[in-house]
Amino acid sequence: MWVLLAVGVVVVGFALRLNSMLVVTVAGIVAGLIGGLDVKQIVESFGTGFAGARSVSLFVLVLPIIGLVERYGLQQEARRLIGRLAGLTAGRLLVIYLAIRQVTAAFGLTAIGGPAQAVRPIVSPMAEAAAERTHGKLSERKREKVASYAASSDTVGLFFGEDVFFAIGSILLITGFVDTTYHLNLDPFDIAKWAIPTAVCAFVIHGFRMLMLDRQLKPIPADTDSAEVTR
Amino acid sequence: MIKVEWAYWLAAALFALAGLMRLRDDDAKRFGSGAFWILLAFTFVYGSWVVDGSGNAMIEGIAVIVLALLAGAGFPTKGSERTTSDAERGKLAERFGWKIFVPALLIPLVAVVIGRWGSNVKFGGNALFEIKQEALIGLAIGAIVALTGAMLLVRERHLDVPFREGNRLLGSIGWAAILPQFLATLGVLFTQAKIGDAVGDLVHKVLPNGQVFLAVVVYCVGMFVFTVIMGNAFAAFPVMTAAIGWPVLVQQFDGNPPAIFAVGMLAGFCGTLCTPMAANFNLVPAALLELKDQYGPIKAQIPTAIPLLACNIAIMYLWCIPR
Repeated sequence: MWVLLAVGVVVVGFALRLNSMLVVTVAGIVAGLIGGLDVKQIVESFGTGFAGARSVSLFVLVLPIIGLVERYGLQQEARRLIGRLAGLTAGRLLVIYLAIRQVTAAFGLTAIGGPAQAVRPIVSPMAEAAAERTHGKLSERKREKVASYAASSDTVGLFFGEDVFFAIGSILLITGFVDTTYHLNLDPFDIAKWAIPTAVCAFVIHGFRMLMLDRQLKPIPADTDSAEVTR
Repeated sequence: MIKVEWAYWLAAALFALAGLMRLRDDDAKRFGSGAFWILLAFTFVYGSWVVDGSGNAMIEGIAVIVLALLAGAGFPTKGSERTTSDAERGKLAERFGWKIFVPALLIPLVAVVIGRWGSNVKFGGNALFEIKQEALIGLAIGAIVALTGAMLLVRERHLDVPFREGNRLLGSIGWAAILPQFLATLGVLFTQAKIGDAVGDLVHKVLPNGQVFLAVVVYCVGMFVFTVIMGNAFAAFPVMTAAIGWPVLVQQFDGNPPAIFAVGMLAGFCGTLCTPMAANFNLVPAALLELKDQYGPIKAQIPTAIPLLACNIAIMYLWCIPR
């Protein structure tokens, strides 16, 4: 039971907003020591764990392209395009993106979208431009809110779309684990089918909240930091 | 055969280049920052040997811990930025119009095509792409194709420009770029320290006897909470399913296995939306969008995650268990 102390290190560290890399490292060492590993084993676990998880950092390969097309006006063009579509508010735009992300992920096309290749260069600037057209210049706080919502529509769309596709990692993890552990023979299609009700709920709930964003952006008189907008 | 390790070496080259460019700046923080990226490049290359067992995990581990210490000391910082101004970009946007989107769209297009159908491509009787790694290889090839396309489109003559621009983005993300990888590493240590067993014991103690609804709630909320702790529903699933999903919901109450497991996993996904431990989904976007509040995306997601967790409980209780 004492190993749960390592979890406590993480919770306290993140809550105090200490440097996350240090928090994680200390938590790993604490978990290892309480769990009965010696120092050599702990350091080796850091090595094998890090080497084995390199795939999650591979998104950096798209950064030179995104940086280059940004240099040549990608975000400005995204804003210009939105300027031509009258009636498209930030909320409506994000609902449309949520739907696209969810449906494509449900067909296994999870590589469409993502924070580096879609949200930063395209979705977020478009949503900001749409919000500015309806509500005028955004305060820094509201700009952050629109950008955060843009990121959330990408993530929610991915999570609650991908499980409808039978050959996705989480479905294969379920069949892999229960088939070997409990000697079942589950059909991945059967599991994927049961992801549909939750997918519909996710679209309704998150879509509704995206539409409510338009209301929340209406200027509040007490919005004091609107003067510091420089972007 | 094209191997996924080549993609990691490509990333290593990118990190090394970022480190060398950073060293050529003239601010006081350039040495620590340059060292961070170059050491990271080393771990990506040496990692190939660690993964196949021929390398020394101790060396990789020491490098990884030094990376964490550098991050703790405030490295890497942003380097010098030489890019276009907003006004210039406005003019360029008018010049290139919608075509400027093409490179950005090429990446997912190539990645999806290779990821989905790449396994059918044969070369000399063998698979052209390393088996099961088509998606990652597709991403790397997509990046190369898109970069070539973008250079031709904007007629950029200077080869260093895209890497300077990439360095600009990498600099604004900072160490958050590799935090997801660090958290995955922590997951390995958590597993070795048997944190899953401790949580499983805890669940057994709070588990009510004989009440279907409460059992459903404990399974779904347990998936949610354990995912928040581990940052990953995949780590929570075996633990919670062994503790309650299988013995109680399926064996005792005759629940429909595929439905119980699918909805349980999705209850865990609600937890992923709420936790900084899932850094690649929640903290990296904040860094990429240059938000001051690193928890902005999480705050935007929690009000969706909580009702959605309730939906999962309702779906499981109403439709997945016979009464």
